[in-house]
This record gives sequence, structure tokens and C-alpha cells, in this order.
Amino acid sequence: MATQLKTLKSRIGGWLEERLGLAAIIEFIAHKTVPVHSGTTWYLFGGITLFLFVIQVLTGILLLLYYRPTATEAFESVQFVVTRVQFGWLIRSIHSWSSNLMILTVFIHMFSVVFLRGYRRPRELTWLSGIALAGLALGFGFSGYLLPWNTISFFATKVGTDMAASVPWVGEALARFLRGGDDVGGATLTRFFGFHVAVLPGLTTVLLAIHLALVQRHGISSPPRVEEKYRQLGQQVPQMPFTPNFFLRELMAWYGALAVLGVLAALFPWELGEKADPFAAAPAGIRPEWYFLAPFYTLKLIPAHVFFVEGELLGIFGFGLLMVWWCLLPFWADNRQGRERTRLVTGAGVLMIAYYSTFSILGYFK
Amino acid sequence: MRRWPALLIAALLPPALAPAAKDSCLECHSALDGNLAAPAAAFKNDVHARRGFGCASCHGGDPAQDDPAAAMSRARGYLGKIARTEVPRMCARCHSDANLIHKFRPQQRVDQLAQYRTSMHGKRLAAGDTAVANCVDCHGVHDIREVKDALSPVHPLRLPQTCARCHANAALMARYKLPTVQFEEYRQSVHWEALAKRRDLSAPSCASCHGNHGATPPQVTSVAAVCGSCHALLEDLIRKSPHKSIFTAAGMGGCAVCHGNHKVLRTSIELLAGANAVCAQCHEAASAGGAAATEMAKLISGLNAALDRSDRILAQAARDGMEVSEAVLRQQEGREALVKARVAVHVSQLEAVAAPAKEGLAIAAETHRAGQAALRERDVRRLGLLFSLAAISLTIAGLWLALRSIERRSREARISSGGD
Repeated sequence: MATQLKTLKSRIGGWLEERLGLAAIIEFIAHKTVPVHSGTTWYLFGGITLFLFVIQVLTGILLLLYYRPTATEAFESVQFVVTRVQFGWLIRSIHSWSSNLMILTVFIHMFSVVFLRGYRRPRELTWLSGIALAGLALGFGFSGYLLPWNTISFFATKVGTDMAASVPWVGEALARFLRGGDDVGGATLTRFFGFHVAVLPGLTTVLLAIHLALVQRHGISSPPRVEEKYRQLGQQVPQMPFTPNFFLRELMAWYGALAVLGVLAALFPWELGEKADPFAAAPAGIRPEWYFLAPFYTLKLIPAHVFFVEGELLGIFGFGLLMVWWCLLPFWADNRQGRERTRLVTGAGVLMIAYYSTFSILGYFK
Repeated sequence: MRRWPALLIAALLPPALAPAAKDSCLECHSALDGNLAAPAAAFKNDVHARRGFGCASCHGGDPAQDDPAAAMSRARGYLGKIARTEVPRMCARCHSDANLIHKFRPQQRVDQLAQYRTSMHGKRLAAGDTAVANCVDCHGVHDIREVKDALSPVHPLRLPQTCARCHANAALMARYKLPTVQFEEYRQSVHWEALAKRRDLSAPSCASCHGNHGATPPQVTSVAAVCGSCHALLEDLIRKSPHKSIFTAAGMGGCAVCHGNHKVLRTSIELLAGANAVCAQCHEAASAGGAAATEMAKLISGLNAALDRSDRILAQAARDGMEVSEAVLRQQEGREALVKARVAVHVSQLEAVAAPAKEGLAIAAETHRAGQAALRERDVRRLGLLFSLAAISLTIAGLWLALRSIERRSREARISSGGD
């Protein structure tokens, strides 16, 4: 019997091997390693982000079973999910909380790459695809925020699309494209739903595949200071096998993230709010989600006019330049002689974190 | 011929833009001092000035003349200062002329003089008493503004003070044996609160109950009708009440018997039962009426307490992140039942109060159950979380042990193979 089972297993393995070439993949994974140094823990955040994205996809699919993307039914359908559907409240809360946690881990992952110098040659495209994925994550947040069609999300979307309208030349067309009309309404909801469940997931899947393929292609980088230290010792940077050593650590981090999600969802279920009324006055203290607070507050601080230029226009132009500069980090991180501008990159990273966190806190409390 | 273009332009321009006619009254009085200059200065803000009327429209004379003697000549119709007894008739020359007034405001009433003649003010003036109010005492003299102008003395927010200028003047009112506490009492009322604090321009002030041009105190028999002009539902309920015929027969002033007139206070359960109950003014506590009033108070306060209890538990559930919006919405129906029960007191029949009170109590019980269910659900969630966290912690611990074991084995393998 045991021999027969062995033969059957071997035949199935052979059949799959002939068609998928699994042996090469298993071989690749078995030899994949991760550098061991004081910053190894930061490598976990890419995986945590991926884990949270998978949770988003799974809970999103479950929410899709009940959600109706129209102005008349959206709020009621979410209300039905959280009050009537078995564990609906948990699914909705986990979806909302994991989206926020995912954006947080995206930021942590991005800044850890900056401080560990993971963007260096030949990983420029890995950096750029990661930045694009971060942009898509913000797009998921912005489009998903409107879907429950409650007062806060409705007016925050109005503010957000108004900001888009301030972009020079193309702003009006862009705002109209986003809203599906002159103002935020039922057409905007349908459109944002389309972005949220079709356009963005499609783009994310493609970019994620590219990003992960590039990570496998180039391996995980070690920080230059670690490489230098071991070079002086005449040794290689110590490595740990990806499987099982790093993967088990990653698994523990995923369980940790799941525990945090559980605590947040059970103790602080995501609020439903009140149904949006497009004819009502905007309630006081309307503000966007936390990850848009820093630019939102900065734009509020800029005077209506700076010399002869409209303040909001100047702010958006400034943010545009800052984003381009940040995206191009791998290309200005080295000087013409090929030496790293270590202080400049570290300073830029620290300043970005300081600016983003300070202005987010100020934007929240003011 | 050369003047034709200028005349044509002047004819085409609207009146306000046409070149102003000469007005020697304003020219001279503006150059004078003190009392003689005041009317010219004030007239700039006058609604009549803005509509193209001048001093001569009321005072007569010929404003085209530069010579004061000619301008203020009796032969040219100069009237001088208008006698107080003549003021209403003088204003009515225009304000009772529908053809004229409707050119400026098509919906403006033109019966002010007729109404004034029915008022206490008008009757006394006709009898020769010049101390009573006429048009200018309320509207102003040379700086008359539209009623909707916030600076007008008869703007809704300023009207009570304007009436009080005379009616709170003890020396003046002593002549007529009238009290002077009305304004002070009114300032303690819910009506004043709505008008002055909430800036609700539709809130009742003096003219709402007494009339404006035909100002008269409502008679005892008409108090309910006056209150009912705003509180129509309550007037209907009072008609069903046994009190209606009793108050009428006893010559008592309807609504004012319980609520007062100028000092209409916020109603509370204390009006029905307790030391300050108005019912107790007529009904002894042991009587059928007294017992009914006490029972009504119990029903209303019981419903109020039940709704408050539901509010508290729902607020607690909401604070703990539970979705209770449907129960909160249902609470609004409970509050509506409470309002119905309170309003039904005016029928003065226990059953009328009991029906909405029972309906409200059923809603309050339902929402309280919803709140309790939400709190139970919260506890179940927290228990579930506790188990989940325990399971996750055990799994993490297991993974950690497995990892430690793997790494120990590989270290030992490295050492035994001679590695570092």
C-alpha cells in the first residue's frame, strides 16, 4: 500500500514537474537568502504589507456580496452588512482597519528602504514600482472612503476632488473625470466603486507582480555600512535561509498583524456615520483620512495668494515637485563621481517623516 | 435742439439715476445747526428719501425756491410742524392710497389708518389725547426705515423695546392706570428666548398678540384664539377639554390661566403636580381632577425617564463602537410620543395622555432591549477577541519555538561540520 502511494505521489509530481517546472522554483526558494544585520526586522514590512493586501482582497470580496454602489442604496447596504449579516461587522471593520494599517506599513516599508539604502543600483525599478504601488494604495484609500456614502466621506471627497480641480490646465477635466459630473453625486460613487474594485486591483496586481519579480531578480540588498563592515573583515554579509528561517519570522509578523487587526476591529469597530445628504451643509471639522492630512493642512496654511500666484495652485505645484523629487531618489542619491550622498538621503528621509507626522497631527487637532 | 440728447437720456434713466430735483429744504437745513439740522441729517437714511420723496411731501412748501420765505410760504402749501393729532391722517394720504403705494410695493397693505382708528392709541388720539402713540412714535420721524431693516424700531428684534419705551414708563402709564411690568415679564418668557436668544424673527412679540396698527389687548374670550393663531393644534385640543366651557363661563382668560400672558414660561411636569402645580390652583390633590393631573404627570415623567434610560444605554453601546443607529432612530419616535402625551394634557382627560404615553413606553422598552442586546454583542465580541488573541499568541509561540529549534539544529550542524 505504502509503495503504491509512493508511486502515485511520484507520478503526480512528475506530471506537475513536466508542466510547471516546479523543481526550479523550489530550488530557487531553497537557495534564497536574507541578509542578517541589526536592521533585518525592517525587511518584514514588505511582507506584512502584502499580507494586509491579501486580507483587503478577501474581505473586499465578501463585502461585494452585499454592497450596492448607488447613492440610494450604498449606505443602507453597508448598514445591512454591519447590523444584519453574520460577522458582517467584523469583515467590514477588518477591511477598513487593514486598509489603514496597510498604508502605514507601506510608509514604514518605503522609509526603511530609504534608510537601509535598498533603492541603489540595480534596484531603481524596484523603488519606482514600489512608489507606484504606494500611490495605488492611496488611491484605494481615497476611492474606498466614499463607498459607504456617509456624511464625512461625502464631504471629504468633495474637498479632495476640489483639490484636484486646482491642478493647472487639466484640473477641471480631472475633477470632472473623477466626479463623473460637476459635483460629487451618485455618478461619483459608481465611478469610485469601479476604480476601487476593478481598475486599481488590476493595476496593483500587475505592478505587484513586477515589484516581487524584481525583488527576486535582485535579491534583498544589504545596507552599504554593513557590506563595508564585513568587507573590512574579509567576510560576506551573513545570510539566513528565506525558508524556513525568514519565512517563519514573517509568519509570526503576519499573526501579529492579525492580532492587531482583531483588537482594532473588536474594540473600535469602524464607524458607519450618517447617510450623506448632498443638500445639507458641510459639517464642521471635515477632514480627509489621516494619510492625506499633511498635504490638506499644508494647503490650508498657504495664504490665498502668494504674490500674484494663487496659494492652492502654488501648494499643489510644490507637492508635485516634491513627489517627483522623491520618486527620483535613486537617481540623485549618488553624486557624479558615484559616491553616495548619504547625509542628503538620510536628511531628506528624516525631514519627510518629521513633516508628514507633524502636519498630520496638526491637521488632526486643528 | 442741442438740449434734446440730454433730455432723452434723462427720460430713459430710472428715477434714482435721473438728476435730482432741487430741494432747498435739505440744502438750508444741512447748513444749519442743532435741532434744525437733525432732520436733514436723519432723512438721508429714510426710506421715503430713497423712493424719491422730499421734505415737502409731508411738510408742504416749495423746495424749488431758494428764498426761505418763498419756500416756506403758506401760499405755497407749507404746513410746518405736523400736529400730533394730524400725523396719522397725514401719513395715510399716501399709505391709504393703493394706487400710489402699490407702485412701490404691490403687496403692501393700505388699511393702517383704518386699523389705527380701532386701536386704543387711535381712539384716545381721536379723543384729543396727544400722549398716546401715533405713527412716528413707533416708526420714527425723519429716519423711517423699512420693517425688515434691522435698525428700524419696528424690526421684529427691536419691537418689544420700542413698545416698552412707553409701556414701561411708569409716569406715563400711571395716567392710564396700566401696569408697566409687561416688558420685564416678556423678557422671562419662552417667546423672548426664541426671539432674542435664538434670533427667530417669527417668534411672537407684542404685535403678534396685540396687533400692530390696531393694537388692542386681547379680551378674555379671545385669548385662546390669539394663542391659537400660532398654537393651532393646542387650540383644537383645548376645545375638547372640559376646561373650555368652565373658563369661558367663569370669565377666565383661556391659555393665560395656566401659562400666564407676557411671562409664558417653559412648560414642565411641575405645572401638573407638585407644590407649584397650576392645576392645584383649582383642583385639590384628593379630588378626581387632582388625581388625574397627578397620574398624567406620572405617565409623562415615567415615559421621559424610560426614554432617558434608553438614550444612556444606546449612547454607551455607540461609545463602545456598536451600530445602534436604528434604535437611535426609533428613539425619535419615542420622543414624538412624549411630545404627543405632553400636548394631550390640554384635553384634560387621562386617556388622552395615557395612549401616547403607552406607545412611547413600548418604544422605550424596545430601544432599551436593543441597547442591552448591543452590549451583550459587545461582550461576545470581546470574549471572541480574547480567544482569538490566545490562539494567535499560542501559534506565534509555537512558530518561535520551531524557529529556535531549526536555528539551533543548523548552528549545531555548522559547528559539527567545522564552520563558525
